[in-house]
Amino acid sequence: MRPFEYVAPKRLREAYAILAQADGRTVRPLAGGTDLIDQLRVGRKRADLVMDVKHIPELMRLEWGPRKGLYIGAGVPCYRVYKDPVVAQHYPAIRDGAMLVGSWQIQHRASLGGNICNAAPSADTVPPLLVYEAIAHIGGPRGEREVPLERFFTGPGQTVLAPDEILLGVRVPPPPPRSSSHYLRFIPREEMDIAVAGVASLVALDSRGVVARARIALSAVAPTPVRARDAEAVLEGQRPTPALLVEAGEKAVLATNPITDVRGSIAYRKELVKVLTRRTLSKALADLGITLE
Amino acid sequence: MTTFPLDKLSLRTQVRMKVNGEPHVLLVKPWQTLLEALREELGLTGTKEGCGNGNCGCCTILMNGKTVNSCLVLAPEADGAEILTVEGLAQNGRLDPLQKAFIQYGALQCGFCTPGFLLSAKYLLQENPNPTEHQVRLAIAGNLCRCTGYDKIVRAILAVARGEVQ
Amino acid sequence: MTTTTPFRYIGKPIPKADALERVTGTARFGADLKLPGMLHGKVLRSPHPHAYIRRIDASRALALEGVKAVVTAQDLPPLEDARAAFGGELMIDLDHLRRLTIAHEKALFEGHAVAAVAATSPEIAEAALELIQVDYEVLPVVENALDAMKPDAPLLHPNLYTRTLGEKPSKPSNIATIVEVGFGDLEKAWAAADVVVEQSFETQMVHQGYLEPQACVAWVDADGRIHVWTTTQGTFNAQRMLSALLKVPLHMLNVIPAEVGGAFGGKIYVILEPLAILLSRKAGRPVKMVMDRAEVFRATGPASPAYITVKAGAKRDGTLTGLYAKIVMDAGAFPGAPVQGATWCIFAPYKAPAMKVEAYDVVTNKPRVQAYRAPGATAAAFASESTLDMLAERLGLDPLEFRLRNAAQEGDQNVTGQTYGRIGVKAILEAIRKHPHWNTPLQGKNRGRGLAMGAWMGAILTSSSQVVVNVDGTVQIVTGQVDITGTRTSMLQMVADMLQLPLDHISIRVGDTNCTPYTDLSAGSRTTFTQSAALARACQSVIAQMKAQAADALSKPDRRLTPEDIEYADGKFWVKSDPEQVLPWRQVAGLTRTRGTGPIVGTGTVTRLQPANEFSAQLCDVEVDPETGKVKILRFTAFQDAGRVINPIQVEGQMQGGAVQGIGWGLFEYYAWDKGKLRNPTLLDYREPTALDLPMIDTCIVEVPAPDGPLGVRGVGEPPIVPGPAALANAIYRAVGVRLTKLPMTPETVFWAIQEKKQAEHLQAVAGDGA
Repeated sequence: MRPFEYVAPKRLREAYAILAQADGRTVRPLAGGTDLIDQLRVGRKRADLVMDVKHIPELMRLEWGPRKGLYIGAGVPCYRVYKDPVVAQHYPAIRDGAMLVGSWQIQHRASLGGNICNAAPSADTVPPLLVYEAIAHIGGPRGEREVPLERFFTGPGQTVLAPDEILLGVRVPPPPPRSSSHYLRFIPREEMDIAVAGVASLVALDSRGVVARARIALSAVAPTPVRARDAEAVLEGQRPTPALLVEAGEKAVLATNPITDVRGSIAYRKELVKVLTRRTLSKALADLGITLE
Repeated sequence: MTTFPLDKLSLRTQVRMKVNGEPHVLLVKPWQTLLEALREELGLTGTKEGCGNGNCGCCTILMNGKTVNSCLVLAPEADGAEILTVEGLAQNGRLDPLQKAFIQYGALQCGFCTPGFLLSAKYLLQENPNPTEHQVRLAIAGNLCRCTGYDKIVRAILAVARGEVQ
Repeated sequence: MTTTTPFRYIGKPIPKADALERVTGTARFGADLKLPGMLHGKVLRSPHPHAYIRRIDASRALALEGVKAVVTAQDLPPLEDARAAFGGELMIDLDHLRRLTIAHEKALFEGHAVAAVAATSPEIAEAALELIQVDYEVLPVVENALDAMKPDAPLLHPNLYTRTLGEKPSKPSNIATIVEVGFGDLEKAWAAADVVVEQSFETQMVHQGYLEPQACVAWVDADGRIHVWTTTQGTFNAQRMLSALLKVPLHMLNVIPAEVGGAFGGKIYVILEPLAILLSRKAGRPVKMVMDRAEVFRATGPASPAYITVKAGAKRDGTLTGLYAKIVMDAGAFPGAPVQGATWCIFAPYKAPAMKVEAYDVVTNKPRVQAYRAPGATAAAFASESTLDMLAERLGLDPLEFRLRNAAQEGDQNVTGQTYGRIGVKAILEAIRKHPHWNTPLQGKNRGRGLAMGAWMGAILTSSSQVVVNVDGTVQIVTGQVDITGTRTSMLQMVADMLQLPLDHISIRVGDTNCTPYTDLSAGSRTTFTQSAALARACQSVIAQMKAQAADALSKPDRRLTPEDIEYADGKFWVKSDPEQVLPWRQVAGLTRTRGTGPIVGTGTVTRLQPANEFSAQLCDVEVDPETGKVKILRFTAFQDAGRVINPIQVEGQMQGGAVQGIGWGLFEYYAWDKGKLRNPTLLDYREPTALDLPMIDTCIVEVPAPDGPLGVRGVGEPPIVPGPAALANAIYRAVGVRLTKLPMTPETVFWAIQEKKQAEHLQAVAGDGA
């Protein structure tokens, strides 16, 4: 590996000071490191200074309140997220996504914050956060700000973070009443693969069994994770039927802009989006007592 | 023109960690992985590098009680950590039941992946003493084995869970 | 040797002799060695798949503090005998081996070594690589074998002329060899057939996928003696290659085996070793070299991709009338694709009055292939076993009964002309017919069951070992036979039974080339088979020498005994005519120390045995998700003829491991190329099966003793990889009605095949409506 310096600030202030004094050097925040260390090793990313954020208490928070919703600190590893009973109860798709990031060894290190900042189009934890309309909480020596997670990504590997900013965490609003959600991704093997396509769906029903809110988000089918708003619109205000789910799947494809690469072709990814949209919606509806498949 | 940061080659940082119950103070290169530190600085070569990017599990160790790929941990990150490697599995000259079962069931051939599997299995049984076959497979899905087809590894782990090997 | 007493150890599930060091992390693999003063070596590799190397300037690298040596092709001694050939399994001539080791005037594949550096730390070596300047002139890339065969294809080697039985060609070509074998009249065969099926298949380059990357330490000492610790399948094979490459006599070159972390045919050639030696010689210090995973993918020897067309004809009753195949195999950058293995194996389980194979060995801008478990056979069986299944279906016959009807047996002929001795094809098929897996109906939508057979001729070569009796009566096996599959254990079991001694009285040590007698590499399923014969000879010699000692000791002044007067069994020697006169083994062994007759050493060597042809079959049940194309394996059973089982755990282990490699080859694994550049050099995107992708792998062993060798042993390592892809293809066909002819059968491939079928059915329905 190419040499770099390492620092592990214990307070946010210290971290901000390090960022403020970077002076043209590349500072790379390190959470779980499961992407960053590999990227540094193969030379896809360079670093002058690696700043380990796992000792900053603010970044290791995982908190929940019925009104405030969920706060996931950027350094919180996946296993803490999916083993948390609150997450499992209120945000099933977020649990699903965290459970799918790599192997157990990876999940013990990799954080949602790292998955977000790595900004891979295929990030498994992102579509679940998008369907809950999560907000990125950003900080730096110039102050803190919040950005809807959907607008956090600007391209593959690209985010709105300035060089002197870090992600502190994500705020996830409380789930809508009578709602459930799921995330599914397609991979050729059962484990250790990057999504060829991934879909998170959230459905909330009103008292009549009509879809009050639908949120669908996709991974690995566009330069960034994206919402599938046409598909959401098809569902909202309707009573769910098998045909409606199929239609939602068709409409979800409109939000895609995939590439052909070693993991799959454009056409195949679009087909997978249809299937996964239908399947995630069915699963979420099944949680709400409506069995369609 | 090279952009290699030659000026940083001599950087070192101190790491204190407990490895297999023994305290150690090491001077490591900041970019050195925990895997390299264990192998190069402590001579614990039982932990293997198969891929260097977390896809094979050969470098699996327990860090603070949890499995990690030691190739994806920087040595300085392990400051203050408790580490268990394959060399620390046997206690007072007594093999861990998993080690015995791997021998008895023929759950190893070349043995290169074995240390990683043993630690993944150790962690599984610590978390879930009565796993199903599927749960065993899920727990070792981050460890590749190219010799055995996993069959005998799964059987060995299940045998320990059932208390058939002690 | 024939033993009258029943075996105590042979056939028993004895735990691996070397298991303890593997579960405690003390087994020493290639990368585990550290020597005082050791330097770290790294290789500069060509980023271009095909390019002239105009100039290499290493002056800036050499000026970097900590850099101790740089080597390039210039540092190899000049070539003398270009035709000397090496390899063991896939042969390569010396000129090509040199150019493969390090690029000369041309880089021929992405990752081809161009220069190597030794430095005081890995980081400095890495920095030095960036300081070496290479001027390349990039050339057009020859991506695959079919392109390479076109008359206007760019040439890799200006002096490569096709070797064929015909006249010498006038122009160089990328086709290195054309082989034609066969017998009978195929035109008649097609005419006599009621159904003829012809189908083309394609397989991709795959990797053995061993988890231990190549690693070695080389040290050229002050006397110029070379010591190389390396992870290799054959120390003597490596020694001979190094000796020829570096022009060093064998006694100055010691190859010391490290434990091998998986090889499967991929650790036969020297690769880092010659560079490490050259660096060590220049630097005067030991040099360690370890590949990273991307180097393993790009710059070692993967398995050959193949294009195969099979034509098969049969009568209505299922009797085959003729079999034909055209096999085109891609050798990578230098000739040597496994066309021989493919040719022998493609129709091996069957008999037919006419058979013919045409095979092409072709060079392209890819890494030079090496052996991979039954080299050539897996691709061949994918083609032949798929075609035979299609034929059986067209005939309306059960795939098992169809195979049984045409099963080859003793006296039948392989396409190469070899007449089979005793073989197990029928025994395997009959075992399937009785097996619960075959007899349990498979129910459910989108599910199917596939059957396929596999074959391997069984390698022989030269094997030797020594059996040494210590003065306390314990015994050591001293051998240079590298253990890659558990052969230390099987050799211990065989010697214990051959000497009729307790297993714990015997130990085995795999020694280096300077202290063990010559033995060939461990490959081609030859080790246990040939060593069973070598050890039998060594043990016979030991018992004869021990009998002489016993005869001497039991002689009385009035009666001199000869070895013929002595009987031996179960650790005791006695006088035939007077069974009361007994000497235990231990006591006889002790006599050797004081009687001046010297230690008892039995050496056993074999070079010629009749081949122990090996056959296997696999049965698998799959379920296909028609919406995604994903294939789930529900049940899998591997069948194999092991001749005689020495250790059932190890035989099962070989069968299960091989089966899973076959599954990986069938469903997931391939080299994804983009104009000669590899797009997936990681274990993330080169997908080896994980535990979650598999069911338990059941095994069923049959024992049809091999025609030669003392125990009837057959090799077991190769055949289990062979049937998998075909068995899966046959199962997928039965599950969803699509015939996959390209490997791997990824979800996407299966998905589009299903879509195509739906579309065809739809069009047919529409046409039907119109009428």
